Amino acid sequence: INHIVHNGGLYKRPFNEAFEETPMLVAVLTYVGYGVLTLFGYLRDFMRQWKIEKCQNATEREEQKDFVPLYQDFENFYNRNLYMRIRDSWNRPICSVPGAKVDMMERVSHDYNWTFTYTGRVIKDIINMGSYNYLGFAQKTGACQEAAAKVLSQYGAGVCSTRQEMGNLDKHEELEKLVARFLGVESAMAYGMGFATNSMNIPALVGKGCLILSDELNHASLVLGARLSGATIRIFKHNNMQSLEKLLKDAIVHGQPRTRRPWKKILILVEGIYSMEGSIVRLPEVIALKKKYKSYLYLDEAHSIGALGPSGRGVVEYFGLSPEDVDVMMGTFTKSFGAAGGYIGGKKELIDYLRTYSHSAAYATSMSPPVVEQIITSMKCIMGEDGTTIGEARVQQLAENTRYFRRRLKEMGFIIYGNEDSPVVPLMLYMPAKIGAFGREMLKRNIGVVVVGFPATPIIESRARFCLSAAHTKEMLDTALKEVNEVGDLLQLKYSRRRLVPLLDRPFDETTYEETED
Amino acid sequence: AAGVGQQWVLVEMVQAFYEAPAYHLILEGILILWIIRLLFSKTYKLQERSDLTLKEKEELIEEWQPEPLVPPVPKDHPALNYNIVSGPPTHIITVNGKECINFASFNFLGLLNNEKVKSAAQASLKKYGVGTCGPRGFYGTFDVHLELEDRLAKFMRTEEAIIYSYGFATIASAIPAYSKRGDIVFVDEAACFAIQKGLQASRSNIKLFKHNDMADLERLLKEQETEDQKNPRKARVTRRFIVVEGLYMNTGDICPLPELIKLKYKYKVRIFLEESLSFGVLGEHGRGITEHFGINIDDIDLISANMENSLASIGGFCCGRSFIIDHQRLSGQGYCFSASLPPLLAAAAIEALNIMEDNPDIFQTLRAKCERIHKALQGISGLKVVGESFSPALHLQLEESCGSRENDVKLLKRVVDYCMNSGIALTQARYLEKEEKCLPPPSIRVVITVEQTEQELDKAASLLKEAAQSVLN
Repeated sequence: INHIVHNGGLYKRPFNEAFEETPMLVAVLTYVGYGVLTLFGYLRDFMRQWKIEKCQNATEREEQKDFVPLYQDFENFYNRNLYMRIRDSWNRPICSVPGAKVDMMERVSHDYNWTFTYTGRVIKDIINMGSYNYLGFAQKTGACQEAAAKVLSQYGAGVCSTRQEMGNLDKHEELEKLVARFLGVESAMAYGMGFATNSMNIPALVGKGCLILSDELNHASLVLGARLSGATIRIFKHNNMQSLEKLLKDAIVHGQPRTRRPWKKILILVEGIYSMEGSIVRLPEVIALKKKYKSYLYLDEAHSIGALGPSGRGVVEYFGLSPEDVDVMMGTFTKSFGAAGGYIGGKKELIDYLRTYSHSAAYATSMSPPVVEQIITSMKCIMGEDGTTIGEARVQQLAENTRYFRRRLKEMGFIIYGNEDSPVVPLMLYMPAKIGAFGREMLKRNIGVVVVGFPATPIIESRARFCLSAAHTKEMLDTALKEVNEVGDLLQLKYSRRRLVPLLDRPFDETTYEETED
Repeated sequence: AAGVGQQWVLVEMVQAFYEAPAYHLILEGILILWIIRLLFSKTYKLQERSDLTLKEKEELIEEWQPEPLVPPVPKDHPALNYNIVSGPPTHIITVNGKECINFASFNFLGLLNNEKVKSAAQASLKKYGVGTCGPRGFYGTFDVHLELEDRLAKFMRTEEAIIYSYGFATIASAIPAYSKRGDIVFVDEAACFAIQKGLQASRSNIKLFKHNDMADLERLLKEQETEDQKNPRKARVTRRFIVVEGLYMNTGDICPLPELIKLKYKYKVRIFLEESLSFGVLGEHGRGITEHFGINIDDIDLISANMENSLASIGGFCCGRSFIIDHQRLSGQGYCFSASLPPLLAAAAIEALNIMEDNPDIFQTLRAKCERIHKALQGISGLKVVGESFSPALHLQLEESCGSRENDVKLLKRVVDYCMNSGIALTQARYLEKEEKCLPPPSIRVVITVEQTEQELDKAASLLKEAAQSVLN
């Protein structure tokens, strides 16, 4: 299915997203693969139970053997028998700055990934296609690092207090004013962890008697924040505007379940770029729906801030919309700014409320000063306020890299999900064995990629994910593409049959919670 | 031959029909009629949704008015106007333009401004830059993280340690990784907010016991035991946990760990210990409450602490046996779905650990200072000291409340302002009033650090006496 939406009015630029269907043979073989692995898993568990094979799991203490078992055997079945076989594709330790090229510590396992030992050798100059370094600010030299070093020597590393007590430094105030200016909103507030920004502020905004409409593929932090708030949660199909509209209509017309009281407020949770699919939210349509049904929009721009838009202001600028239409603009500093933490931007009343009632402001330590300085310097660089055009050049470089890389991969015949402009490029692998094989083969050729399988993705849709960066030069991309081509031929990954069916709107799907008759 | 065979079967059928008993035929007849009815009736609708016409629906949509996204906050709300600290929050702190001695930051061992810590962080900054650009699973694991985990495990003398990038998220991610829906958690009333959020995320049954009251806890455990005997099958799969803090942030008390260990083995409950305040404070070498009481550390299933108090860095860690800690590497939400700790902060923590290991006498010094100020603050008219004598974070509460919490807060603010104007920086303990399960009374937080000299301690005590005199009388 390939959507090319040009319809006038809402979209000022073509919105080109593609999610090619899984070929039937591949799906069948993937299920067969998982079936074989499950059978072998049962066999090995049986052998371990009867002591034919040595059990290498850590075990409970002798004194506590008669306590209720901490883990149920079945919960860990996947972990023991499938994840453990290809565990070396994840948690790879590196020992240099996570820029375009990275140094990795070599590790080997002599007992099939149960334990690792470090040989002491360092594999140098691996092309890094896994770190979220969209604008290339992960650097160990340069203006950002020098400014951070100066602030570190002046302020120290920690803060030792919360924002509401004695932890509000002048640096934090400076950062928040800058973030507000960058986003084009009235006011902003910054927090020490992106995950915590969601999980601690959504409960402050909505509570019991409110409704949250959340996208199917939202991040764990949004799901946790929604759950902790106590509001009713309803899920709409990924990026599907008819599904969202139906939920909104039903919610307002029928009110709360059973009591039929009207909802206090409705909050729509969406992300700018979805990191597992590479898709971009249909923001113009969401905003049109939000205005029509008087609900509030919470936009999580973790991956899209700095990466989309002609001057890096995120998905709102990418679509040419006004930041005032989004009620709560949230984002993180980890990806495009090379630091850590998150922010929320919006109207002054919203930020004043969060300064008083956010869980993070009252109980969590504020951000570390050198990290704050890194964000300030990198943000000024992107905005062009440091007097150079480095920021602008990087944003353009990233857009060029994205288009080039995606086009070349599609030409080679791989199935690539997602929007043409998203710097997150998922390449479908499907079969469980290919997950481990792809990661290892690419590492042999000195390219570091990220592979993801169940449970982060649906069980048959495992994928490799490339994260492009403005720091990647064309030579690096060409090398990577050559190697991907080679490995793709070796592992037979070129599944694409290029079925370009122009569909203007997706046909309506049933929602997940009720049955309808059409 | 086939035709004859078929005819023969037909004859048999007709014969069987005649020979069957009457009730059998009637029953079959009724069933056939029922099937025909089901085949021809309309499909069954779950809920009658079509009683509203389209026009009525549109009217409802027009009429509905949501609440504003956030209610307005009054301008003089005590938590809205933050103190602005210019410069580093070290021993001498500049708050709102005035230079004061810092009695409000949790910098117990004075490592915030330590030159060795800063130079270790600088070296790390030169090597790695600032951010890690990824979670631990995807090229976010640096050798500094592995080293810090190793050092923490060795220091606490456990098998393994795991690091989180945010102190609050440490215990709030650790509890839901083990305790799920249907499990039972016994938690102290005065547990801090992070623990409460972890419990809420875990969806387990929460049973609160009175603060530090072992008799109350035993009562709850006994009740649970009688419940178990009624339903032994369920009891065999219901996990039980006790969550306590070493030194309580909200009251400054210490938890009676030896009695808890006895209860643990008697009722087969696991213990999770939160040591944010007691790590680097209690014990001969700063290993926390287990060293203070001389308990074998393997008796505690999980110890969680944040590195933001004694270690003067950012983040948190959990330590314990590999059997327990390794589970969090795949199911700790704050670990798997969040970027890892910036390497310069990890390097600062390693250096701070080095200093703690090399100078074990700072813990004695800190304890002596705590005792001193605890004694000096006794007898202030109108304010009472809440907390153990060796706790570096004390509370000063009003002896008599003046009616409403709002007025208490205002009164305490005047005391704090008086002290700030005379050069001692203090703060009130901040809580989210509507969200806490058991809201502590309003109080002033007094934090003792190793860097405060004896004169400064005496000055603070006498200033507080003065302030209480002038404001409360």
